[in-house]
Amino acid sequence: MEQYFYQLMDYLTAQLHGAEIFLCKFEGEHSDFTRFNHAKIRQAGTVEQRYLTLDLIDGARHAHAKLALSGEKTLDQAQLLSALEHLRAILPSLPADPHLLYATEINSSEHLGNNALPHPKDAVTEIINQVQGHDFVGIYAEGGIFKGFANSLGQRNWHSSYSFNLDWSFYHSKDKAVKTAYAGLHWDNAAFQQKVDRALQELELLKQPSRKIPRGKYRVYLAPAALSEIIGMLTWDGFSAKAHCSKQSPLLRMSQAPKQNLHPSISLCEHTAGGIAPAFQAQGFIKPDAVTLIEKGEWKTALISPRSAQEFGLVTNGADEEEMPNSLQLAAGDFPQADVLKTLDTGVYINNLWYLNYSDRAACRITGMTRFASFWVEKGEIVAPLDVMRFDETIFNILGDNLLALTQEQEMIIDSDTYEQRSVNSALMSGALVKDFTFTL
Amino acid sequence: MFAEIKQRFRKVLPDLPFCSLRYVVKRSEEITVRNQIAEPPELNYDTGAMITLIEAGGLGYAATSDLSTAGLYEAIIRARQWAQRSRHYSVTNFSKIPMPHPQGEYHSPIKTPWESLSIAEKIALLQHEAQQCPADPRLVETELSLEWTDSQYYYLTNAGGEVFQHLQQIVPHISVIANEGLVTQRRSFGAHGHSQQGGLEILERIGFYGACRELADEALTLLTAPDCPTDTRDLVLAPDQMLLQIHESIGHPLELDRILGDERNYAGTSFVNMDMFGTYQYGSPLLNVCFDPTLSEQFASYGFDDEGSAANKTYVIREGILQTPLGGIGSQYRAGSAGVANARACSWNRPPIDRMANLNIEAGKSSFDEIIASTERGIFMQTNISWSIDDSRNKFQFGCEKGQLIENGKLTQLVKNPNYRGISATFWRNLHKVGNQATFQVLGVPFCGKGEPNQVIQVGHASPVCAFKDVEVFGGAA
Repeated sequence: MEQYFYQLMDYLTAQLHGAEIFLCKFEGEHSDFTRFNHAKIRQAGTVEQRYLTLDLIDGARHAHAKLALSGEKTLDQAQLLSALEHLRAILPSLPADPHLLYATEINSSEHLGNNALPHPKDAVTEIINQVQGHDFVGIYAEGGIFKGFANSLGQRNWHSSYSFNLDWSFYHSKDKAVKTAYAGLHWDNAAFQQKVDRALQELELLKQPSRKIPRGKYRVYLAPAALSEIIGMLTWDGFSAKAHCSKQSPLLRMSQAPKQNLHPSISLCEHTAGGIAPAFQAQGFIKPDAVTLIEKGEWKTALISPRSAQEFGLVTNGADEEEMPNSLQLAAGDFPQADVLKTLDTGVYINNLWYLNYSDRAACRITGMTRFASFWVEKGEIVAPLDVMRFDETIFNILGDNLLALTQEQEMIIDSDTYEQRSVNSALMSGALVKDFTFTL
Repeated sequence: MFAEIKQRFRKVLPDLPFCSLRYVVKRSEEITVRNQIAEPPELNYDTGAMITLIEAGGLGYAATSDLSTAGLYEAIIRARQWAQRSRHYSVTNFSKIPMPHPQGEYHSPIKTPWESLSIAEKIALLQHEAQQCPADPRLVETELSLEWTDSQYYYLTNAGGEVFQHLQQIVPHISVIANEGLVTQRRSFGAHGHSQQGGLEILERIGFYGACRELADEALTLLTAPDCPTDTRDLVLAPDQMLLQIHESIGHPLELDRILGDERNYAGTSFVNMDMFGTYQYGSPLLNVCFDPTLSEQFASYGFDDEGSAANKTYVIREGILQTPLGGIGSQYRAGSAGVANARACSWNRPPIDRMANLNIEAGKSSFDEIIASTERGIFMQTNISWSIDDSRNKFQFGCEKGQLIENGKLTQLVKNPNYRGISATFWRNLHKVGNQATFQVLGVPFCGKGEPNQVIQVGHASPVCAFKDVEVFGGAA
């Protein structure tokens, strides 16, 4: 697919007129999706897609066109030429774009993934065999993901990866379930079996009568998946330069005087070198290995796209247009995971949170629900599964004054989102012990 | 191209009980003006097809953008492999589902075609609207955009089914951000809720012209408004918040695939079960809710769903009693239940699942003035800004951009950061006034997410102003 993309780019380069420049982004995948319910197959199929986004630039005027490619050279050349001619016809009528910025230094790169995936039939057979007799629901996705960039200045970037992601739950009854994921590049039956066994052990705990707790403030342990939901919420405008400069960021209070800080144990960075996303972006800039966003509780920098850099007089750090982290890393704490229950003493052990949103964006107050396996803990022991509870709390409490500890042990959470395309986002997370966590409903 | 696709499909059609081809051709344009500066226009051309087939009880699909005869043949092979692999493990015997083989057409009503204005003219239109805003340094961002999508859907089946549907939709958007110190307030044009089918005539119909100025004034006023009080009072919701309330706490819990458990790992389950249909008191007797594909301008109107079922108006809740779940033909067979034509896919590369499409509350008898006059202590909230609900679709918390207190039957103080929370199973029973036709608005949004693999789809929600008794309300954090 890489050579196909480059051949199209060579063709496109030859079609340019005068001072025209193009930037092109390629996003393709070949995915097999198997959806399960009640340990049976609900829907199974395969999706092959290739999208190319062309940004045609003439001076300071430009416009974008996104095309679905067929994979057949003559047809794709024809539709690419048609899109080019359409954009060329539009450009003279557009005003100049004062915020246009693209890379002019050539930085080509190639990252080729190794396809060690199992045949989808074998993986699905293994899954079905392992989960028989249990109420299993979820999705298995596998296949190649292909990202590319090219411009008419001669830059070429390619990133391919072959991965699988089994995202599933074992249900006990109603909303009582254990959520688990098994994702990677090489399928290992033993590793999968271990994940299944651990989830089934936890499922046993859900068979006890559940506990309802009244509203109020509680000591809680947020497991890495739950903390990932909270920090993931911050990726919605929290680290965006545009959101900060236009006063919409939920973390505005960290970047604007009088500055408010988080707990000194909170350090967050966009760690491209440690993630699975490509290190290039749509205007041809290369992402640094790491961008420190928050260090020891203090605001450091935002993710700055080329467009924001031009608009607000900043220097881009290779962020995508959306200015959202792809490979977020939370620095590990020093608290041993083994001591979590003992230190929690009496409170709530939260494995998963869900459906978070800002209830007061300016104050970075977030609401959301507990989901799946969350437990009531007394004197350091799990005593009952918890009925779902709503929380409503500011980040300055959760990761500020009320943060007691972050765990040494961390989990790499591979995003299972498949909106439009399979995600290449990931997050390295600890668990967090927090006091006075407010439940409201 | 449609004739060629049909010919190619016939050429590669296997001898199976059921096989369909869903061919999708989408074009879209997005024009944005932010702080008076035109952003680069975004054009989108998306074409592809999905083959779905049923073989020996198993179902498989394959999606491809290679629409040559060889490409479609390859897709059939891949779909057959999945049908064969899954037949011994399927959630149901798909061969027993009476898949329709419909014939028909559907077209969005268009009066003023999108292309009657050039891109430059549309930019000028948006810039003109933005220029109406006051020159106040506290207005830190003003953004207006128009997104147009032209979608052609061509559905063929192995037994002569042939449906052509041509939808044109516009998503108009305005947002104004005002800031002073650490206080930031946003007002938007219905939070994308004025999305409709049609041409540029939509803009006049929904009151787009002049709205930017009004929103800017409101955002500035909200900067100095007090926070919403924390207490329990009567809640009056405008249609652009009712949209969200209907969507989250009626639409999703009634989706049949959630009730069947398909969504439990992602979008969630439902507090509703099959035994409740026909008897369960979902809301007060004033509550009448319809799955309604018949309002031609509404965002998610269509003639047939993506499995070929013809769409008809159906009562989902009548006089407060739960009637019919929102499930397409496959879910209906699995549940042994009635349903509606709502098996929908977001595009050619995702399979159909149960979606809510247009789900509307019917107008009642109360005028807006009567609703306010009959409220002794309440709050009127407008335009959704925050939404969160549990996975059974019961415990919710929603926030709005603007609130206004109601005291002794009169609208009084404007308040910022208005939020409210409740439980679906009891909230709708506290519905005590339903606005008349004069308060009714036909709304829709393009962002409903669901499914594995994930899909974002358009939904429509029309509603009058509604009033609820004794709701817990509260404001911001500081």
